[in-house]
Amino acid sequence: MQAILFYLLATLAVAGGLLMVGLRNPLSCAFSLILSLVSLAALFAMLHAEFVFILQVLVYAGAIMVLVIFTIMLLNLRKEELEEAPVGWMRGIFTAVACATAAFGAIRIFGDIPPGSAELAADFGSMEAVGRSMLTDFIYPFEVISLILLVAIVGVVLLAKKVI
Amino acid sequence: MAPVGLQHFLILSAILFFIGAFGVLFRRNLLVILMSIELMLNAVNLSFLAFARYSVGNVDGHVAAFFVMALAAAEAGIGLAILVMLFRNRATVQADDLTLMRD
Repeated sequence: MQAILFYLLATLAVAGGLLMVGLRNPLSCAFSLILSLVSLAALFAMLHAEFVFILQVLVYAGAIMVLVIFTIMLLNLRKEELEEAPVGWMRGIFTAVACATAAFGAIRIFGDIPPGSAELAADFGSMEAVGRSMLTDFIYPFEVISLILLVAIVGVVLLAKKVI
Repeated sequence: MAPVGLQHFLILSAILFFIGAFGVLFRRNLLVILMSIELMLNAVNLSFLAFARYSVGNVDGHVAAFFVMALAAAEAGIGLAILVMLFRNRATVQADDLTLMRD
Protein backbone atom coordinates (compact mmCIF):
# COMPACT_ATOMS: atom_id res chain seq x y z
CA MET A 1 0.00 0.00 0.00
CA GLN A 2 2.72 2.42 1.01
CA ALA A 3 4.83 1.40 -1.98
CA ILE A 4 1.93 1.94 -4.42
CA LEU A 5 1.27 5.38 -2.93
CA PHE A 6 4.96 6.24 -3.13
CA TYR A 7 5.29 5.27 -6.79
CA LEU A 8 2.09 7.11 -7.70
CA LEU A 9 3.21 10.32 -5.99
CA ALA A 10 6.76 9.99 -7.35
CA THR A 11 5.38 9.64 -10.89
CA LEU A 12 3.23 12.72 -10.41
CA ALA A 13 6.14 14.74 -9.03
CA VAL A 14 8.48 13.74 -11.87
CA ALA A 15 5.75 14.32 -14.47
CA GLY A 16 5.13 17.79 -13.06
CA GLY A 17 8.84 18.56 -13.21
CA LEU A 18 9.20 17.30 -16.79
CA LEU A 19 6.13 19.25 -17.92
CA MET A 20 7.51 22.39 -16.30
CA VAL A 21 10.79 22.03 -18.20
CA GLY A 22 9.05 21.10 -21.43
CA LEU A 23 6.06 23.43 -21.78
CA ARG A 24 6.50 26.75 -23.53
CA ASN A 25 3.96 28.94 -21.77
CA PRO A 26 5.22 30.14 -18.33
CA LEU A 27 1.72 29.88 -16.88
CA SER A 28 1.49 26.19 -17.86
CA CYS A 29 4.94 25.73 -16.36
CA ALA A 30 3.75 27.29 -13.09
CA PHE A 31 0.75 24.96 -12.90
CA SER A 32 2.94 21.92 -13.62
CA LEU A 33 5.25 23.03 -10.84
CA ILE A 34 2.25 23.26 -8.48
CA LEU A 35 1.39 19.64 -9.39
CA SER A 36 4.95 18.64 -8.54
CA LEU A 37 4.97 20.61 -5.28
CA VAL A 38 1.66 19.16 -4.09
CA SER A 39 2.84 15.59 -4.80
CA LEU A 40 6.01 16.40 -2.88
CA ALA A 41 3.87 17.66 0.00
CA ALA A 42 2.08 14.31 0.09
CA LEU A 43 5.45 12.55 0.08
CA PHE A 44 6.50 14.72 3.04
CA ALA A 45 3.38 13.53 4.85
CA MET A 46 4.43 9.93 4.09
CA LEU A 47 7.71 10.71 5.86
CA HIS A 48 5.84 11.72 9.04
CA ALA A 49 6.78 15.37 8.53
CA GLU A 50 3.45 16.95 9.43
CA PHE A 51 4.78 20.43 10.09
CA VAL A 52 6.82 20.60 6.88
CA PHE A 53 3.84 19.16 4.98
CA ILE A 54 1.63 22.02 6.18
CA LEU A 55 4.35 24.55 5.33
CA GLN A 56 4.85 23.03 1.90
CA VAL A 57 1.17 23.42 1.03
CA LEU A 58 0.80 26.87 2.63
CA VAL A 59 4.10 28.52 1.75
CA TYR A 60 5.28 26.75 -1.40
CA ALA A 61 2.23 25.61 -3.30
CA GLY A 62 0.31 28.55 -1.83
CA ALA A 63 2.24 31.74 -1.28
CA ILE A 64 5.30 31.36 -3.51
CA MET A 65 3.42 30.00 -6.50
CA VAL A 66 0.75 32.71 -6.14
CA LEU A 67 3.59 35.23 -6.25
CA VAL A 68 5.00 33.62 -9.39
CA ILE A 69 1.62 33.45 -11.12
CA PHE A 70 0.80 37.04 -10.18
CA THR A 71 4.14 38.15 -11.63
CA ILE A 72 3.44 36.27 -14.87
CA MET A 73 0.05 37.97 -15.11
CA LEU A 74 1.47 41.34 -14.09
CA LEU A 75 4.06 41.22 -16.85
CA ASN A 76 1.23 40.49 -19.30
CA LEU A 77 3.57 39.13 -21.92
CA ARG A 78 2.54 39.18 -25.55
CA LYS A 79 2.90 36.08 -27.66
CA GLU A 80 6.10 37.13 -29.37
CA GLU A 81 7.70 38.05 -26.05
CA LEU A 82 6.84 34.63 -24.64
CA GLU A 83 8.46 32.72 -27.45
CA GLU A 84 11.93 31.52 -26.71
CA ALA A 85 14.46 31.49 -29.47
CA PRO A 86 14.85 27.88 -30.63
CA VAL A 87 17.61 26.29 -28.61
CA GLY A 88 20.51 24.90 -30.60
CA TRP A 89 20.54 21.12 -30.92
CA MET A 90 24.06 20.83 -29.59
CA ARG A 91 23.26 22.80 -26.47
CA GLY A 92 20.12 20.78 -25.80
CA ILE A 93 21.81 17.43 -26.28
CA PHE A 94 24.84 18.36 -24.20
CA THR A 95 22.69 19.63 -21.32
CA ALA A 96 20.41 16.59 -21.42
CA VAL A 97 23.32 14.14 -21.51
CA ALA A 98 25.14 15.92 -18.68
CA CYS A 99 22.06 15.97 -16.43
CA ALA A 100 21.11 12.37 -17.28
CA THR A 101 24.63 11.16 -16.55
CA ALA A 102 24.71 12.96 -13.21
CA ALA A 103 21.25 11.62 -12.30
CA PHE A 104 22.27 8.10 -13.34
CA GLY A 105 25.39 8.28 -11.18
CA ALA A 106 23.37 9.54 -8.22
CA ILE A 107 20.86 6.72 -8.69
CA ARG A 108 23.64 4.11 -8.78
CA ILE A 109 25.15 5.50 -5.57
CA PHE A 110 21.85 5.90 -3.72
CA GLY A 111 20.63 2.47 -4.80
CA ASP A 112 23.23 0.80 -2.57
CA ILE A 113 22.18 2.68 0.56
CA PRO A 114 20.49 0.41 3.12
CA PRO A 115 16.81 1.20 3.76
CA GLY A 116 17.61 2.50 7.23
CA SER A 117 15.42 2.22 10.27
CA ALA A 118 15.43 4.87 12.93
CA GLU A 119 13.26 4.67 15.99
CA LEU A 120 10.88 7.58 15.96
CA ALA A 121 9.56 9.41 18.98
CA ALA A 122 5.79 9.59 19.32
CA ASP A 123 5.71 13.28 18.42
CA PHE A 124 8.19 12.96 15.52
CA GLY A 125 7.61 15.71 12.97
CA SER A 126 4.80 17.41 14.88
CA MET A 127 4.68 21.17 15.07
CA GLU A 128 5.56 21.00 18.74
CA ALA A 129 8.68 18.89 18.28
CA VAL A 130 9.98 20.92 15.33
CA GLY A 131 9.23 24.19 17.12
CA ARG A 132 11.07 23.08 20.24
CA SER A 133 14.12 22.05 18.23
CA MET A 134 14.00 25.27 16.22
CA LEU A 135 13.82 27.55 19.24
CA THR A 136 16.46 25.76 21.33
CA ASP A 137 19.12 24.02 19.22
CA PHE A 138 18.72 26.20 16.15
CA ILE A 139 17.95 29.56 17.71
CA TYR A 140 20.84 31.42 16.00
CA PRO A 141 20.05 30.19 12.47
CA PHE A 142 16.42 31.04 13.22
CA GLU A 143 17.34 34.64 14.06
CA VAL A 144 19.56 34.91 10.97
CA ILE A 145 16.68 33.65 8.80
CA SER A 146 14.40 36.34 10.21
CA LEU A 147 17.06 38.93 9.34
CA ILE A 148 17.33 37.54 5.80
CA LEU A 149 13.56 37.75 5.38
CA LEU A 150 13.59 41.35 6.60
CA VAL A 151 16.34 42.23 4.12
CA ALA A 152 14.37 40.46 1.38
CA ILE A 153 11.20 42.43 2.17
CA VAL A 154 13.02 45.76 2.09
CA GLY A 155 14.92 44.76 -1.05
CA VAL A 156 11.79 43.70 -2.90
CA VAL A 157 10.05 46.98 -2.10
CA LEU A 158 13.11 48.96 -3.21
CA LEU A 159 13.49 46.98 -6.44
CA ALA A 160 9.86 46.88 -7.49
CA LYS A 161 8.96 50.47 -6.67
CA LYS A 162 8.97 52.79 -9.64
CA VAL A 163 9.85 55.99 -7.78
CA ILE A 164 11.44 55.85 -4.37
CA MET B 1 6.81 -4.89 -4.06
CA ALA B 2 9.67 -4.07 -1.73
CA PRO B 3 8.83 -1.71 1.12
CA VAL B 4 9.80 1.89 0.54
CA GLY B 5 13.06 2.89 2.19
CA LEU B 6 15.60 5.66 2.33
CA GLN B 7 17.09 4.88 -1.08
CA HIS B 8 13.77 5.30 -2.90
CA PHE B 9 13.32 8.82 -1.58
CA LEU B 10 16.94 9.69 -2.32
CA ILE B 11 16.65 8.45 -5.90
CA LEU B 12 13.45 10.45 -6.43
CA SER B 13 15.18 13.47 -4.92
CA ALA B 14 18.13 13.08 -7.31
CA ILE B 15 15.83 12.74 -10.34
CA LEU B 16 13.87 15.87 -9.39
CA PHE B 17 17.06 17.79 -8.67
CA PHE B 18 18.52 17.05 -12.08
CA ILE B 19 15.23 17.83 -13.84
CA GLY B 20 15.46 21.22 -12.14
CA ALA B 21 19.13 21.59 -13.09
CA PHE B 22 18.26 20.75 -16.70
CA GLY B 23 15.58 23.45 -16.62
CA VAL B 24 18.03 26.03 -15.30
CA LEU B 25 20.62 25.20 -17.97
CA PHE B 26 18.31 24.62 -20.91
CA ARG B 27 15.47 27.14 -20.68
CA ARG B 28 15.92 30.81 -21.51
CA ASN B 29 12.81 32.27 -19.95
CA LEU B 30 13.82 33.79 -16.61
CA LEU B 31 10.48 32.88 -15.02
CA VAL B 32 10.96 29.21 -15.85
CA ILE B 33 14.57 29.33 -14.64
CA LEU B 34 13.34 30.66 -11.27
CA MET B 35 10.71 27.91 -11.08
CA SER B 36 13.35 25.27 -11.86
CA ILE B 37 15.42 26.56 -8.95
CA GLU B 38 12.35 26.12 -6.73
CA LEU B 39 12.08 22.50 -7.89
CA MET B 40 15.77 21.90 -7.08
CA LEU B 41 15.32 23.33 -3.57
CA ASN B 42 12.31 21.08 -3.04
CA ALA B 43 14.24 18.01 -4.13
CA VAL B 44 16.86 18.85 -1.51
CA ASN B 45 14.12 19.24 1.11
CA LEU B 46 12.87 15.76 0.25
CA SER B 47 16.26 14.23 0.98
CA PHE B 48 16.52 16.19 4.26
CA LEU B 49 13.19 14.75 5.37
CA ALA B 50 14.03 11.22 4.15
CA PHE B 51 17.26 11.22 6.17
CA ALA B 52 15.41 12.56 9.21
CA ARG B 53 12.80 9.80 8.94
CA TYR B 54 14.96 6.79 8.08
CA SER B 55 18.49 7.52 9.21
CA VAL B 56 18.73 10.09 11.99
CA GLY B 57 15.42 9.74 13.78
CA ASN B 58 15.14 13.30 15.10
CA VAL B 59 13.63 16.51 13.72
CA ASP B 60 16.85 18.36 12.83
CA GLY B 61 16.20 17.68 9.16
CA HIS B 62 12.74 19.22 9.47
CA VAL B 63 14.25 22.42 10.86
CA ALA B 64 16.73 22.47 7.96
CA ALA B 65 13.84 22.04 5.51
CA PHE B 66 12.04 24.93 7.20
CA PHE B 67 15.11 27.16 6.75
CA VAL B 68 15.40 26.14 3.10
CA MET B 69 11.75 27.13 2.62
CA ALA B 70 12.30 30.53 4.21
CA LEU B 71 15.33 31.10 1.99
CA ALA B 72 13.35 29.99 -1.06
CA ALA B 73 10.63 32.49 -0.22
CA ALA B 74 13.21 35.29 0.04
CA GLU B 75 14.85 34.14 -3.19
CA ALA B 76 11.54 34.01 -5.07
CA GLY B 77 10.57 37.48 -3.85
CA ILE B 78 13.90 39.09 -4.78
CA GLY B 79 14.18 37.20 -8.06
CA LEU B 80 10.72 38.17 -9.21
CA ALA B 81 11.25 41.80 -8.16
CA ILE B 82 14.46 41.91 -10.22
CA LEU B 83 12.58 40.31 -13.11
CA VAL B 84 9.80 42.92 -12.96
CA MET B 85 12.39 45.69 -12.91
CA LEU B 86 14.28 44.16 -15.83
CA PHE B 87 11.08 43.82 -17.82
CA ARG B 88 10.25 47.45 -17.13
CA ASN B 89 13.66 48.66 -18.33
CA ARG B 90 14.52 46.20 -21.10
CA ALA B 91 11.09 44.76 -22.05
CA THR B 92 12.32 41.18 -22.13
CA VAL B 93 12.27 38.09 -19.90
CA GLN B 94 14.68 36.02 -22.01
CA ALA B 95 18.03 35.37 -20.39
CA ASP B 96 19.83 35.49 -23.75
CA ASP B 97 18.73 39.06 -24.39
CA LEU B 98 20.40 40.31 -21.23
CA THR B 99 23.98 40.66 -22.45
CA LEU B 100 24.89 44.00 -20.88
CA MET B 101 27.71 42.46 -18.83
CA ARG B 102 28.95 40.23 -21.67
CA ASP B 103 29.28 42.60 -24.61
